[in-house]
Order: sequence, then C-alpha cells, then structure tokens
Amino acid sequence: MIPGTFDYHRPASVEDAVALLARLGEDANILAGGHSLIPLMKTRLASPEHLVDLSGIGNLKGISVKGDEVVIGAMTTQFELISSEDLGRHIPIIAETSRLIADPQIRYKGTFGGNVANGDPGNDMPALMMCLGGIYSVTGPDGSREIAARDFYQGAYFTALEHGEILTAVRIPIPSPDHGYAYEKLKRKVGDYATAAAAVVITMAGGKCTSASIGLTNVSETPLWASDAAALLVGTSLDKASVDAAVAAAEAITQPASDMRGPAEYRTKMAGVMVRRALERAQSRAKG
Amino acid sequence: MNDQTKIDQDRAERTEKLQGMGCKRKRVEDVRFTQGKGSYVDDLKLPGMLFGDFVRSPHAHARIKSIDTSRAKALPGVVAVLTAADLKPLGLHYMPTLAGDVQAVLAEEKVLFQNQEVAFVIAEDRYIASDATELVDVEYEALPCIVDPFKSMDPDAPILREDIKDKMVGAHGPRKHPNHIFEWQIGDKEATDAVFAKADVTIKEMLVDHRTHPSPLETCQSVASFDKVKGELTLWGTFQAPHVIRTVVSLISGLPEHKIHVIAPDIGGGFGNKVGAYAGYVCSVVGSIVLGVPVKWVEDRMENLSTTSFARDYHMTTELAATKDGKIQAMRVHVLADHGAFDACADPSKWPAGFMNICTGSYDIPTAHLAVDGVYTNKASGGVAYRCSFRVTEAVFAIERAVELLADKLGMDAAELRIKNFIKAEQFPYQSALGWEYDSGDYHTAMKKAMDTIGYKELREEQAKKRDAFKRGETRELMGIGISFFTEIVGAGPAKNCDILGIAMFDSAEIRIHPTGSVIARMGTKSQGQGHETTYAQIIATEIGIPADDIMIEEGNTDTAPYGLGTYGSRSTPVAGAATAVAARKIKAKAQMIAAHMLEVHEGDLEWDVDRFRVKGLPEKFKTMKEIAWAAYNNPPPNMEPGLEAVNYYEPPNMTYPFGAYFCVMDIDVDTGVAKTRRFYALDDCGTRINPMIIEGQVHGGLTEAFACAMGQEIRYDEHGNVMGASFMDFFLPTAVETPHWETDHTVTPSPHHPIGAKGVGESPHVGGVPCFSNAVNDAYAFLGAGHIQMPHDAWRLWTVGQKLGLHN
Repeated sequence: MIPGTFDYHRPASVEDAVALLARLGEDANILAGGHSLIPLMKTRLASPEHLVDLSGIGNLKGISVKGDEVVIGAMTTQFELISSEDLGRHIPIIAETSRLIADPQIRYKGTFGGNVANGDPGNDMPALMMCLGGIYSVTGPDGSREIAARDFYQGAYFTALEHGEILTAVRIPIPSPDHGYAYEKLKRKVGDYATAAAAVVITMAGGKCTSASIGLTNVSETPLWASDAAALLVGTSLDKASVDAAVAAAEAITQPASDMRGPAEYRTKMAGVMVRRALERAQSRAKG
Repeated sequence: MNDQTKIDQDRAERTEKLQGMGCKRKRVEDVRFTQGKGSYVDDLKLPGMLFGDFVRSPHAHARIKSIDTSRAKALPGVVAVLTAADLKPLGLHYMPTLAGDVQAVLAEEKVLFQNQEVAFVIAEDRYIASDATELVDVEYEALPCIVDPFKSMDPDAPILREDIKDKMVGAHGPRKHPNHIFEWQIGDKEATDAVFAKADVTIKEMLVDHRTHPSPLETCQSVASFDKVKGELTLWGTFQAPHVIRTVVSLISGLPEHKIHVIAPDIGGGFGNKVGAYAGYVCSVVGSIVLGVPVKWVEDRMENLSTTSFARDYHMTTELAATKDGKIQAMRVHVLADHGAFDACADPSKWPAGFMNICTGSYDIPTAHLAVDGVYTNKASGGVAYRCSFRVTEAVFAIERAVELLADKLGMDAAELRIKNFIKAEQFPYQSALGWEYDSGDYHTAMKKAMDTIGYKELREEQAKKRDAFKRGETRELMGIGISFFTEIVGAGPAKNCDILGIAMFDSAEIRIHPTGSVIARMGTKSQGQGHETTYAQIIATEIGIPADDIMIEEGNTDTAPYGLGTYGSRSTPVAGAATAVAARKIKAKAQMIAAHMLEVHEGDLEWDVDRFRVKGLPEKFKTMKEIAWAAYNNPPPNMEPGLEAVNYYEPPNMTYPFGAYFCVMDIDVDTGVAKTRRFYALDDCGTRINPMIIEGQVHGGLTEAFACAMGQEIRYDEHGNVMGASFMDFFLPTAVETPHWETDHTVTPSPHHPIGAKGVGESPHVGGVPCFSNAVNDAYAFLGAGHIQMPHDAWRLWTVGQKLGLHN
C-alpha cells in the first residue's frame, strides 16, 4: 500500500490547470480531494505520473443561488454541503446524502466535484445529481461546455469528460418548495460504499403524485436514473400496487456486481427496498 | 471519634494511597499513548537503516519456473534482493513453526497461498523497495488448488507440501494423506458411542467457526541490526513473546542466545497476531547480517490480513446425547481444521488443537469424545488464538450452539436446560470428561444474577408477542435472545502439559526495591495494550505496601527482563501475576526480618499493617516499607546480605477457569437482513479483580471483537484461492457507530490455587461473546424452522435466510 512515484502540481487557476493537463497528457490525473484516487494509488491500481491538485483554485469553491438554480463549485467539500443554509433551504436532500458519505474526517476533504466527476459507481452524489437533473459545467482546452448528469456516466470510472477537461461547477434546478425527498442508503458500516442506495424526489397534489424522480447508487457499473420506475408513480396515490410496480421497475434496471456486500440478487433486492423506504419518507415530507 | 475509628480511618487512608488491588487506578501508560508519545517499532530510525519489502505470489498454488531479479537490482537505491536461493545455503529458506512443522521463509519451488513471500527487496527507502518489488520477474506455472478443506484428503487431491510428502509421520503422529497434518483424539470413544446408541434425544450439527483474522491497528514489523564486530544481533519487533523469539532466532541462526538482544517496544495490539515468527522477521535479520546495516520490515494492512496468522477455520460436527427431560449424557465432536499451507498454529507444542477439549463447557457431561483432523489447503497459515486461549472460542462456540439446538429439539427453554446441566458449586475442583480439572466456579449464582438483571422472563414474553405480531404481518422485525454461559481455560500453563518448543510455560517477575523505597519490576510477559504497567504495580502495591505510583513496570527487553513465555491466552495475570505476588512475598519476608532487627523484637512479634510492620500490641512502634528499604541497603541485620529484591519463576499448578453469563437482545430487519443489538449484558467472573476499570475496558474490547467476528468479519477465498476482502474496505472492523452499548457485571469466585485468586479476563468476553451473538441471531429465526444458521451473520447472509424461508414474498 505504497504508491508509485508521481509529480505534484498545484495550479492557481482553471486556465493554468487546463494548460497543465494539456501539456502533461494522459499520465496526469486530477486530484480533487483524493478519497477515491489515493486508495487506488496505494494499491497501485492507478499509477499517475502527475497529480494536478485543484485545491489552490479559489473560485472553484462555493454555493450560490442563481434564479431557480443552485450552483455548486466543484471544490466545495462535503462538509460545506452539509453546513450550507441555502442548500438546506432549497435542496435539503443534498445535505442528507452528504451525511451518509464516508465519515466526518473524509467529508472535510472530499469534494462535491470529485465525487460526481470520477465515475466511481459507489459514490453517492452521481445518482442524486441524476435524480435532481443536475448540469455539469466543464472547461477544457477547447473552451467550456455543459453535460447533463443523466448523460454523463458511461461505465465504471468512464464518463463523458474528455481527458484534459475539468468539471468546474454543477447547476441544479431548485425543486418545488413543496417537494418531498429522501436518500436511503444501506451500508455495512460507517465509511462504506452503499450495498444499494436510492434518491427520491417527489411532488404531490391532492393526494396524487405529480412528479417523481429516482436515482440509484452502486447497483450497476454507473449510477442509474430510474425514469420508468418514477413514471409509474406519477398520477397515483402512491398506493401499494403502484409502489410495488415502481420498485419492480427500479430493480429491473440494476446490474450489480456480486461482492463482499452480497450477491447480485441481494443487492438488486436492496435497491428495491431502498426505493420503497425512500418513497415512504419522501411522501411523508411532501406537502400537497 | 474513638481510637478504633481513628485507627480504621488511618488504615483506610494509607490503603487508598497505595492504589493497590481492587481500585480503579487510571492506566499509567495512557499518559504517553493519549499524547501520541508511544514508541513503536516503526518509530525507530537508525543510521544507515534500509527497508525491506516482499514480492508476493499472485497465485494460490503454482510452481516457480524462474525468478529474475536483475531489473529490480538495477533500480537506483536497491541494495539487495533475497530469494530462496540466497537463504538455502544458510538453511534459512524454511523456518520451524511453533506447531512442529516447517514454513517457507521465501518460496523455493512452489507457492502455496496467494500473497506468499517469494523475494525480499532491500532498498534505501520504503518507496524504492516497493517500486522494486514490481521489477522482480517471477515466472509461475499455475497448479490446481485446494480451497475447501473437505477436499484436502480426496484421493486425487493435488499434493500441496511436496517438501514433506514422504514424511508420513508428523509432529503429532501418523498422517493419513499427504495433505493431512495430524489426527488428535481425546476421551472415551467407545463409551461415548454407547451412550449415543441408546440415548432418548440426540442432536448433530456442523458448526463452522469461520476463518477470520486478528487485526491489531499496528501491523507486524521488525528492525534487525547486526553488529559485525561484536557478532551481536539486536532485533526490535512486534513480539507478544520476546524471549521465545530470542530462543527461536538463536536456534535457527546459530547465533548464541546471549548475543541476541530482542526488544519489543510499545505494541499496538496483538490479539494473537504477534505470537508467531514470520518471514519478515527472518528476512530483516538475514538482510542485516548480510549487509551489516539495520534493516526494517513493516507489513502493510493488506499483507497483514492476507498473510500473517489467520484465526479459526474450524468445521465442527457437534453432537449431544440427552435424556428426554434434558440431562446431557454425552458429547461427541469431530473437527476438520483448515490450517492453510503450513501448520503454524501458535499452540503449546503438545496441543495440536489447542484446548479444544474444553468443549464440554460449563456442563456436567459425564462422557465425551473429541477428534480433530488438521489438513493443508492453499491458504495462508496460522490458526492463532484470536483474543482467546488456544481454540477456546471454537470450543465454546460448539457447546453453546449445541445446547441451544438441544433445547430447541427438547422444546425446553435454553436457559433452563443450561441450569439443569451446570456443574454445581460443590463439584469443584471438577474433573471434566475430556481431561481438565476446573479450579472453581459458581455457575448457578452467576446465571441467576444475569437472568434477574436482564429480565429474562419478561424478554421471553415480549418475544412471544413479537413473534405473533410477525406471523400476523404487523411487523417485519424479528427479536432474538442470545445466551452464552462460557467457561474459559487460561493461564497456560503447568509444565506437565504445556510447553513451547520444549520450553515449559512458566512466567516470571523480578522486583527490585531501591533504597528510597521506589521500585522497578520486570516481567517475562509483554503488554500489547492490556495495561500491565498499571496492574502489576497494583499487585505489588498491595503485597508490599509501596504506592503503585512509585513502582515502574518494565517488559519487552530480553536483556533485562527475566525469561518468560509472553502474553497471549490470558496468561499474564494467571502466571506472571502469580509470579509477581510470590516475588513480592519473598521481599516482604525479608523486610519483616529487617524490621524486627530495627525494632529490636522477634519477627513473630510483628504484624503487617497495609504499608508497615508494627509490633503487636504497640501500634505506635512500627517501620514502614520505605524505612525498611533504606535499612535493607544501609543497616541490614548482621549476617544478612544487603539489598531488597526477589525474582520468581512461577510454574502454575493448574490453569484458571474464568466464566461468565452473557445475554444479547437483537432485532433483525428481515427485509434487509440488518441486525441491531438492542442490549448486551455481560457478567464476568474472573476471580479476584485487580483493576475494575481495566477489566471493564477489556470486556468492552473483547465484546467488540466478538461482535465483529459473529456479525461479519471474515477472511474468505474464492474458488481459485484468491483472498477476498483483505482490506479495511471490506474486512469488518466495527467503529464506535456500529458497536453496541455494553452492560457489564460480575461475580467473584477466586481461583483457589492462584496466590491472589485472579483468573484473567482479557479474552473471556470474546470467547463468550461470539456464541452469544450467534445464538441471538439463531434464536430470532428459530420459531420459523430455520435450523442452524452459520456465521458470520452479515446482512446479506441473514437476508438469504429469510429468502429461503419465504419471508420476502
């Protein structure tokens, strides 16, 4: 568990970082907190020759409300997500999810951008961003572009981010103030990745579900947006039959690996249990 | 205030000042540990020190076709690369194990488990050494491997140990197959079979105590420094038994024992992991002897979990025979023991299955038979006593699961069945059917206190209601009540049956009183966190009346400490604690002679009073120990040699037998398989209690490790012999969040043969805890007809139980 040799760079601006990445090529990795990358380096599953640390770039941090969106800088730590009043008021599921990431020490260093950008299916934020319809702002040698979270994840550690591009911020539409939400995560112990987890955001009117969105964590090579499952709920009273159908639809899109958390069959079923429990809690929180 | 009250008060004040036995003295070692000022092996930095790292096998079983070290040697900063070819001329490519087998230091022709040591790279720093391991080119030819111990002795099984394939008599008798290590039997087979043949009721179950690993926070490590001029070797290391290591190093290196200085500095937990001798120790020694500079080896976490000393892996076919009203008549157990690639169990030499024959437990079972077959597989070697005396967790798991299964079959309450079969207080000392003499116990009293405190009757009533509610579909939660009534066997041990490599398992204490009345005492044991510096001082304080704060305890330096067999199997208090009391009493006897001389009376006219000798009937005439210490050096009686010190090598007449009654209340979510421990109550009887606070800490720690083992901790292998989950990402080490709240309690039944009546406690909670958790889980599902549920009880396995029972439909 001793990493190989690497050079360390700490640029002061996004422009410098992009230029560095362009110059260093494929052997450079972005360091945005390091809680996924460094364990891979210690086991030598990753041996980058260069680490480009983004922590010296001041304007990548921060949470702001702009119109009907919240914008979160990529280097905002998970601790800062938990303590943000703006987020707590507008999109409280982000703090609820952040509290279930690793442990307090890691949340002081781990960043929002690192969590969504590196494509680790065990990370919690990607499924949540798919659930919320987040938009990723990306800057590279050819300028800036935007990618929807729902289009971003292509495989384990494989995303729409091109080499040399940096994820700088995420725009998240603010849900209706009456929305109900819940993030349910089953894990073996503090600090563990999910055996299965589900993010649910719904709105209700007159006892009927008017919108629903469901994200699933760590039950496939990528985070999943369970759009079919969510569609089965809209227009229903979230009665047992409708929830059963949605749970079955969510389970149907999972393709988990068998690992020490349990065999694939178990993890699929747990995705269903998490969806069911998240729906129950979301419904209890929804107004209208 | 009358005179007597005054005297009593004065005596109480002086007693309190001593901080002796029975007081909650704060741990003196924590002053440095809580400030990060401990001094561990890896803190050691010596001039010119080099660093070693291993090239390890990716295969579980493979022939080594070639090893090419040239690319590694060419890397700047690499000083040497050792392979078996370098060790063989020195006779060091194999080393003896504590179990009478040999173990490869560096693999010669074959590798026998994944991550086995193949080459040792020595470089100028830790990073270069690690880089260079990737540059050693080893060509392997993969061979079929054995993962399932039940296939080890198949006629067509691949032969694993080609080095001993023709040696059909091993250290413990004949071998039935080249992959067989030993068969060990005890008890009366014929009589046992006869009882089973005509018993009213019998139960039979395969109980698996799965493979896991003791995981101290500090991994195994060493620094060897050979002085070529003096021909002396200094070896610092994580050694639970430093003197034994010195003797082993002398035997295998040929260096005379007095020229070997073994030092165990502060140790960050052991739990059995640091009893054995490992390839890393040998390679650091060889590296230093060859290169003439110090060589450090520090194991990383994955190496620790996957190579040095697993625990358990006992597959126990357990049977009980009983009358229809629940009197147990006989026990029959067969164990298939998976020892991995080498037999490196750390047991006393005559006990290839440790003290597994304590498996009749706390019950008066008149007839029993135990047979154990040890086999080789393509897994790491070990079989250490993980926070328990040798194989005692396995034994207690077998009997405590078996009585529950019997209760279930008889339709009897599991507590009632236990009480019915307990050895009675008047039966001690009790001769067990499998050969032990239990020193003391009062099981009925302990059980009653535990049941009353936990509210056993009310819990069963609550459980009955919850079961009905579950059947009606009103809850998805199952409630389990776990019971364990264990008897440990610790304090190895009497020389007549306990030795390690021929060295009798005594232990020792040397106490030296300085002229000003302060004390240094040295022991043959070695604390890894147990708090020896605190507790031994309390024993001495009470025995000789010098405040514990004026007593320094030193362990771990083999040049200064008297020879001892080390700390494991809860033997420090039963053996070295006894040596401490006996040595202190020798000092006290001499002190009495000196006091008599000082007071100009006959010795017999003196009486001991907390911290002084006083003249009977003349309480104002006395000499304190402090005054006596000064006189011992400066004014001893005529014809008495000056000084005040004593040494004792204590050979215990018997083991000690701590016991306890544990109860666990658990709630299990059938839809996820997640089990929550609602309550855990542990009543321990460890005889005389030296420091109640340290006992409580030991119980908390032991229960936490029991919780881990029962509820998810495991070292698993896939079908190709790949070790799974050997990192803290997967290996279940509970944090404060997962760990249940512990309720502790006690009774006191002193050991009749121990000088202070103490029995040892560090391992009881682990031994008693594992079956208690497992029984709670099994009890939760029992009314649904689940049958025996194997450990570990992690969420997915419990969900699978529910799945098989159709609970998710």
